[in-house]
Amino acid sequence: MRFVDEFRDPAMARALAREIAARVVPGRRYAFMEVCGGHTHTIYKHGIEDYLPPAITLVHGPGCPVCVIPMGRVDDAMHIAAQPGVILTCFGDMLRVPGGHGSFLDAKAQGADIRMVYSPLDALKLARGHPDRRVVFMAIGFETTAPSTALTLLHARAEGVTNFSVFCNHVTILPAIKAILDSPDLRLDGFLGPGHVSTVIGCEPYRFITQRFGKPLVVAGFEPLDILHAVALLLRQLGEGRCEVENQYGRAVTWSGNGRAVEAITRVMELRPHFEWRGLGFIAHSALRLREEFAAFDAERLFEIPGVRVADPKACQCGEVLKGVLRPWECKVFGTACTPETPIGTCMVSSEGACAAYYNYGRFQRQRVMAAHSA
Amino acid sequence: MSAEQEVLERIARARRRAPRLREERITMAHGAGGKATQTLVEALFLEAFRDPLLARLEDQAVLGLGAQRLAFTTDAFVVSPLFFPGGCIGDLAVNGTLNDLAVGGARPQFLSASFIVEEGFAVADLRRIAAAMAAAADAAGARIVTGDTKVVQRGKGDGCYVTTAGVGLVERDVTLGAATVRSGDAVLVSGPIGDHGITIMLARGDLDLAADDLLSDTACLWPLVDDLLEVAPGVRCLRDATRGGVATILNEIATAAQVGVVVEEGAVPVRDSVRGACELLGIDPLYVACEGRMVVVVDGADAEPALAALSRHALGRGAARIGTVGDEPPGLVLLRTQFGGTRIVDLLVGDPLPRIC
Repeated sequence: MRFVDEFRDPAMARALAREIAARVVPGRRYAFMEVCGGHTHTIYKHGIEDYLPPAITLVHGPGCPVCVIPMGRVDDAMHIAAQPGVILTCFGDMLRVPGGHGSFLDAKAQGADIRMVYSPLDALKLARGHPDRRVVFMAIGFETTAPSTALTLLHARAEGVTNFSVFCNHVTILPAIKAILDSPDLRLDGFLGPGHVSTVIGCEPYRFITQRFGKPLVVAGFEPLDILHAVALLLRQLGEGRCEVENQYGRAVTWSGNGRAVEAITRVMELRPHFEWRGLGFIAHSALRLREEFAAFDAERLFEIPGVRVADPKACQCGEVLKGVLRPWECKVFGTACTPETPIGTCMVSSEGACAAYYNYGRFQRQRVMAAHSA
Repeated sequence: MSAEQEVLERIARARRRAPRLREERITMAHGAGGKATQTLVEALFLEAFRDPLLARLEDQAVLGLGAQRLAFTTDAFVVSPLFFPGGCIGDLAVNGTLNDLAVGGARPQFLSASFIVEEGFAVADLRRIAAAMAAAADAAGARIVTGDTKVVQRGKGDGCYVTTAGVGLVERDVTLGAATVRSGDAVLVSGPIGDHGITIMLARGDLDLAADDLLSDTACLWPLVDDLLEVAPGVRCLRDATRGGVATILNEIATAAQVGVVVEEGAVPVRDSVRGACELLGIDPLYVACEGRMVVVVDGADAEPALAALSRHALGRGAARIGTVGDEPPGLVLLRTQFGGTRIVDLLVGDPLPRIC
């Protein structure tokens, strides 16, 4: 299939793997963080680690929209869904995320009207089709999804739709990367930059990572060859003593980003003073809320939400996994108490979560299998 | 043993324990054919009914009655929409049950048909459904000989649900079953996968996607099974890849026989339109339902004649060998990706496509 198979070509993968192996300095170990959960998913789904030498470790980062939603916000959304006449809409990934009182799926089984949509525009369509109901869209995600929420709200206002609102949980990626760089317990050699976020914000905003923290960053696409190529580019930079922001995903990302998308976000949303991230705690200026002007569409103002902070379960080490300090299987409850069927933490829920990706795709004794099947 | 290996061993032990049903209420996941369905069936129904024939968890029970071996099965259909490109709930209800008999090596004979119809449902639609059922049974040489009708108030059903049961005769001296699969066997599929599931999803119209060339693959597989068993005595297990798709079937086989199944992604036949829709929606075609395709596990020595027999038949056009059974890793299905990496193919937890059959 065109535009897909070209980026999954095993012959090119082998060529890149040879380049990567040749650029590894003997005796040196490398840790590269892929910031984005989409990358984590690609890495496991295509078995990319089979192409990397043991000296290279890919550390999974915080860029999984579902994973960073704190339990209290899930409870707030369920509270909204329980109000008379409400249809709560969300992306499919959110349905299984555990809050303090179960997940949306549980709430649905108990009678709440919670529906999955593929886009906020579908939620708006639902509102138009059900004028007697109040349709709320639970907006999650980084700068990637924020423009579509913003544009949907601009549409809703222009059309005068009065039964549609947004429960805004959009977050921004840069403060999270900064929090990780400030954390003393992690040593990284470079970053695979988030491709989708960069289609919106461009490459320029990552300059502080190279300038202040001295770590190279390569913005990468989401096909398996993109990931290998980005790793090769990081090694090339390290080998040549460079430390730059580089764009591997040139077919989608420009240096300055998408001005119109950024403008849509800033017209509709503003930074919150602080926001709680699951496992990472409160981070200043790390999330978006609707501007006063859009109060009539703001579910946080229209509904009295409890807004209670719910502490993560004691056993859950999602925070450590999100920061890349722990590998998924190093979490105490991984795979036994916490599984995709009965997740304790968010990282085990989303297909972009590091724990779910490892559990679903990588949970096998690689060396033993390779030995058995090549014999 | 490394720390990671210890964790993997611990998880493998945890997964071998009998599943416990923790939920207080049924969710859509319990009907999806994945892990939640398996847990519901094993922890609730098997526990309540406690029967060794049921505990085999095959698509049909094979019963010894005098000198005859009788296959017996039942299936309920709740597909939405009721009519879709390539068929309707009536075709599915007959072919689905016929296929559950066929994959037990049984020639289908008799069917029952039960209808739960919602008040206000159009008689013309019910007539179309019945006509489709009659035609499908006729084509397979089976007869619908008993039935039942119930009507529920408006709003208490969704148009029409159909349940069928069927009996067939196992005429050959074969015992097919997942537990008989062993290392060295070959894994085949009888044609391109995922047509039915994607057809239904697109027919619902809420995705603004269209594929002009795509039809449900609903068909009765008995003529294909009949030909296959004639030339390939080494066939060990047949399963029609309905809800949960090929991936779910292979997992059931790996678990039942405690073998490792290794699938070559590049060898799995998938139409471009199905692959395209799956790429867009983030769904793996291995999990998408078919209604006229089966997975065949056959002794490696019989793989060639089996594949040839499938390919000769109109119902087996596009059949392919997609994988091999080995000893490692026991109870798991692995995929060699087209890209050249290796990963697990596990049972699904959630449900990307509810009510496809």
